[in-house]
Amino acid sequence: MTSPMSKPAMLGCLLVLIALAVIPLLGDKHAMDVTVEIMILALFALSLNVLIGYSGNVSFGHAAYFAIGGYTNAILLTSYDLPILVSMPVSVLFAMVAAMFVAWFCTRLTDIYFAMLTLAFAMLVWAVLFKWRGMTNGDDGFVGITIPAFLDGRIPLYYFTLIVVAASIALLWLICHSAFGKVLVAVRENRTRAGFVGVDTRRMRWTAFVVAGTFAGIAGSLFALFKSGMYVENAFWTQSAQVLIMTLLGGMYSFFGPAIGAAVLHMLEITTNRYTEYWPTVLGGILLVILLFLPDGLVGLAQKVKNKFSGSGGAR
Amino acid sequence: MAILETQNLMKDFGGFVATNNVSLELREGERHAIIGPNGAGKTTFFNLITGHLLPSSGTVMFEGKDITGMVPHKLVRLGVARSFQRINIYPRMTVFENVQVALIARDNNHFNLFSLGEPHNRQDTKELLELVGLVEEAPEIAGELSYGKQKQLELAIALAENPRVLLLDEPTAGMSPQETTEAIALVDRITKDRGLTLLFTEHDMGVVFGIADRISVLHHGEIIASGLPEEVRNDPEVRRVYLGESLDGEGH
Repeated sequence: MTSPMSKPAMLGCLLVLIALAVIPLLGDKHAMDVTVEIMILALFALSLNVLIGYSGNVSFGHAAYFAIGGYTNAILLTSYDLPILVSMPVSVLFAMVAAMFVAWFCTRLTDIYFAMLTLAFAMLVWAVLFKWRGMTNGDDGFVGITIPAFLDGRIPLYYFTLIVVAASIALLWLICHSAFGKVLVAVRENRTRAGFVGVDTRRMRWTAFVVAGTFAGIAGSLFALFKSGMYVENAFWTQSAQVLIMTLLGGMYSFFGPAIGAAVLHMLEITTNRYTEYWPTVLGGILLVILLFLPDGLVGLAQKVKNKFSGSGGAR
Repeated sequence: MAILETQNLMKDFGGFVATNNVSLELREGERHAIIGPNGAGKTTFFNLITGHLLPSSGTVMFEGKDITGMVPHKLVRLGVARSFQRINIYPRMTVFENVQVALIARDNNHFNLFSLGEPHNRQDTKELLELVGLVEEAPEIAGELSYGKQKQLELAIALAENPRVLLLDEPTAGMSPQETTEAIALVDRITKDRGLTLLFTEHDMGVVFGIADRISVLHHGEIIASGLPEEVRNDPEVRRVYLGESLDGEGH
């Protein structure tokens, strides 16, 4: 995971990008909607993985930054009539500043205490969105966002999402494979040792938290445009749990794993909802399978299968 | 002049005094061993020096500067490096990356978010791996190395920081006699070549008398003797503490 991209991986990325660019030409509205949502969720899950996979800190409150990005974008566009060129950067900035603030507290703690504190702050964000009716419209949801004219319509919105998500993921990839990313993995692997080669581990974890929150903010602001609304549920802990499951399902020790997890989980949810209303039950079952049989997620499983067939078993 | 010095260092774990009034001077360039029976407080003493534990009282000085309780990442920048008694590497990273990460940190590039990590410090990393004899193992996953090799790797990580004082906590713990001999020859050579000041704890007397210039003996958290190897060996108090054990430098 720490070496630059291999040739097959690069080819894979290119193919996915081409496929995504072609989907609107098929003219299937449903397929387009599903794909847009998956792209947004993939970015959301990849952002969380900077914290979980790369820095080794589990967050139970990642939805907070997604919601802050989304609500800010929605409110600035609609209540303040600001152009999207202002509203989107500002909404990402808000998510980033919120992450900076929360991370300052959370990174004083480690392990389960860290995780619980991220949850506590996320519940605070949820409570504010719920109660601040004048601004957010509370539990009725903030609906009917003013979408800028150039994004009005399924196809423009699709390509806008594709461009922003692709650029964001490229940047995330660079950060995860930068000098910072490499040392971050060392911090995950052994905090004591990393401290003793001169790394301020708390500041490293703080930075990872801010990166994660910022990119979640981007995902959230896109989500608001796509749904043309934001709802308090988007800030609730169940949303944080869902993105966590996506990350684990795909595989946290691989850069692209969480994106795969997001796609698979979302497809499963859509398919399940077609036949039954018991999606949460199915989700629980999926979580069980991951925890018991797929500790390294789908990517880990694929690697195991590949190693078996190539017969080496030692290659990683 | 002392490069590292502790003054009346004391650590009280709720009534249990693990380190009691320890004053020790480490002279620049010397190789100083701390010995003592199990539970004598050797590791606690190390942890007090390196800021992993806060002393109940007393101070730690580095080149005349008070460094008591200084956090490790700042201490390293001053030139104090350490290894740990229990293996302390990054198990899921490659051997190469284990060392490379230390060099990235040394050069203050660890907050560089937008340059690829891969090309950083490749040459220095290779040189350090050559120094400790791990070139062939470079692409292997560190956690899969043999115990002795992991210890060598840890030494390379510690050396990557370009330290002036090296603290090794039981560098040969858990090693086979063969590995012990090799490891000590390595430490001996490197500290001589680089003019490092070395402070180490060790239970193998062969190792201690083989490379130490001076020896201090800890017993129940107190230093009961300190001096040249010959003086310490013949000290009646030390002989009494090590009742029945060989202090003749032949190992065991």
